[in-house]
Amino acid sequence: MTQPLLDVAGVQKTYTGSGRTVEAVRDLTFSVGDGELVCIVGPSGAGKTTLLKCIAGLLEPTSGTVTLAGSRVDGPPEAMAVVFQEYGRSLYPWLTVKGNVELPLKQKKLDKARRRELVRDALEAVGLADVHSAYPWQLSGGMQQRVAIARAVAYEPKVLLMDEPFAAVDAQTRADLEDLIRSLWHKLGVTILFVTHDIDESVYLGQRVLVLSSSPTVIMEDLAIDLPDERNQLDTRSSPRFAELRGHVYEQIQLAKHRKGDQHQRDEVATGSHRAGPPTVAADPGH
Amino acid sequence: MSATDVRPARAGAEPARRRRPELPSSVLGLVGLVAFAALLELLPRTGIVSAEYFPPFSEMVRALVEAAGTDRFWAATAETVQAWGIGLGIALVAGIGLGLLIGSVEVLRRFTASTIEFLRPVPSVALIPLAVLLLGLGLQSTLLLVVYASFWQILIQVIYGVQDVDPVARETARSYHLGRWARVRYLIWPTALPYVMTGVRLGAAVALILAVTAGLVGIGTGLGAEIALAQSSNAVPLVYGLVIFTGLLGVVVNLAARVLERRTLAWHSSVRADVGG
Amino acid sequence: MQPVLRWGRTLGYALTLPVVLVTLWWVWSADSTNYYAPPLQTILTTFGDVWFSERLRADVLPSVTRLLIGYTGAVVVGVGLGVLLGANRTLRRVTEPVLEFFRAIPPPALIPILFLFAGIGDTAKVIVIISGAVWPVLLNTVEGVRAVDDVLSDTSRSYGVTGLARLRHLVLPAASPQIVAGMRQALSISIILMVISEMFASTNGLGFSVIQFQRSFAIPEMWSGILLLGLLGFVLSLLFQLFERRTLRWYHGLRRSQLGEN
Repeated sequence: MTQPLLDVAGVQKTYTGSGRTVEAVRDLTFSVGDGELVCIVGPSGAGKTTLLKCIAGLLEPTSGTVTLAGSRVDGPPEAMAVVFQEYGRSLYPWLTVKGNVELPLKQKKLDKARRRELVRDALEAVGLADVHSAYPWQLSGGMQQRVAIARAVAYEPKVLLMDEPFAAVDAQTRADLEDLIRSLWHKLGVTILFVTHDIDESVYLGQRVLVLSSSPTVIMEDLAIDLPDERNQLDTRSSPRFAELRGHVYEQIQLAKHRKGDQHQRDEVATGSHRAGPPTVAADPGH
Repeated sequence: MSATDVRPARAGAEPARRRRPELPSSVLGLVGLVAFAALLELLPRTGIVSAEYFPPFSEMVRALVEAAGTDRFWAATAETVQAWGIGLGIALVAGIGLGLLIGSVEVLRRFTASTIEFLRPVPSVALIPLAVLLLGLGLQSTLLLVVYASFWQILIQVIYGVQDVDPVARETARSYHLGRWARVRYLIWPTALPYVMTGVRLGAAVALILAVTAGLVGIGTGLGAEIALAQSSNAVPLVYGLVIFTGLLGVVVNLAARVLERRTLAWHSSVRADVGG
Repeated sequence: MQPVLRWGRTLGYALTLPVVLVTLWWVWSADSTNYYAPPLQTILTTFGDVWFSERLRADVLPSVTRLLIGYTGAVVVGVGLGVLLGANRTLRRVTEPVLEFFRAIPPPALIPILFLFAGIGDTAKVIVIISGAVWPVLLNTVEGVRAVDDVLSDTSRSYGVTGLARLRHLVLPAASPQIVAGMRQALSISIILMVISEMFASTNGLGFSVIQFQRSFAIPEMWSGILLLGLLGFVLSLLFQLFERRTLRWYHGLRRSQLGEN
């Protein structure tokens, strides 16, 4: 692997409400190399969003560290951009498409000409060259998510974090957007960390897939995806290797669900003293 | 968000700092009220403001308690509440009746829209001299102001509410040959109810304002008149005491309106946001 | 339908009832012998004589100036404090009952108190307007600021939209629908307070003039004053609607698009 750009070490996150504590993320350690495209997949409620927010500097982990390019993340770093699932709530409805993409650039204190150039290129890259002056709510869901992606791209991040970005769009749009991500990644050489609950999507997009367990979350497997670099919806998804990989991930996820039922009550007060060991196939009563 | 919830997905709402166990809102609110009372007590006592214009809080309360021992005070309260109640009642009947009519008849709505838009923002207090000349001093004049002010609030809400009827539901009702009254009873009224309740809430508050104002400018009796009297006789602590009391009356009116709204709309999935008004 | 025709119809709808009402008033009052209800013609003639004269400068201008300063003050103070309270959970919960109490006081009841304090000059009247009109703006701003969307808030943080930029580009726009609703309530309260404070104690102004006319039985003049107050209310509400349509264009569009989806 190349020099790790993003390093997540022993991240744990416990929420404290009045009288109750919930351990959302138990102990996560992994790293992402410069220019990699890594997918994180896990069952619903696996603390994926919590993890992503810790990485993005939006949440402070209870313990453990996140390091980006050698410096510790203790707030949203400038070299990171996030695309959220809820496109309808992550775009500023009072700004036009252009205004939405441009606002973070203004915060970066870029001059006007440079901003204009970045906005134009980014919107063109996501196929929205002709809607600069529209408002987000005038666009379809898929187009709104493209705007959010354009905004992230224009920000010129080293790492692009995506939190289930296509969970709320229809299947056809979703396929288009997946291909858009692959092509942007190729073109820009940006590092992408892509969180999803969709197994097919994780295998189709990623170079590596990290499989998470149910909450409290640990990493169950770090799987290299040895599919060819050039992928397309038809051939890649119908290849035998794709089926094998997705089958494997599927099994892991099923395991994760069982494990949760066998070993933990989800909302139980977790002391953190008993660490869950890596699950083995034998632990699955289904076999 | 209630303090007992633990919702990881929404954790971003509050900054990512470790939270200490929080005091309940009622305790904090009480702290606020006590602190405010203490401030009112200390400002004049320390001489930061002149006690002549701004007596300590304890004196305001004492003046109010003293007044509350007199029949005169309760008679004034009853007069204010009466003017408020009757005025609001008239405004409700007229506002809901006309609102349902105008809202459900397209032609009427189109022809009255501009007139309503013109009359609604006319400040009711502009009618004070007219009321005095035509109706004299007393309850009738007060009622004119109260009704005029609250009527428009209610009317507008009802018209909005009727227009909010789901077109599909409207078509359905028509296809089942529901009669005009059945449509009003089972379709239009339930849809408009949340708006009506908003109208009642806004109208009730405005009605109290005008009921007090009428007394204040000398065309009616009640708490407003008592405040004006206390001021002209330079009974400063009593002025404050009476103002505090009308404020409490206002709090009661607001709370009652909100409880009524919640009760009435318990079946309704969403309590609507205010519109227009 | 052709645009011209449509415009004609809209205009027809808008003008018919007012024209009918005014005509009826005109005809019925033409031979009026009722001292208190003079002919509309007399009222209108008087209107020109009374208000397009020295009074425009001596009474209308001071009233409107006090109104605008007071209203602006209420909006500035209300939004400022509202942002502060909306952003601070503890402060908000401590102050909530006190603010609810102040909102519940019928604003004109504050006039005697404030006049005790500040005399009966222009400043006092401006303070009266501010202290009555500030509450709906303040409480609505608190609500609006509190309800800023989590996702948008996270988005802003991750893109470095923080501090003053956050206030300008996130908090204020997000709260603007509620702020504007509060401003609308504050406007009608301001007009009421302008008139009442002048009726209560003043030497000039619209409220003062109208009451003077009534007390001296200058009936057509009084009617013309009421008409002017009505017009003032109408014009200000019209201006406010224009302002609202401009400021909240995005909000109404967003709402329409959300309703369309359901």
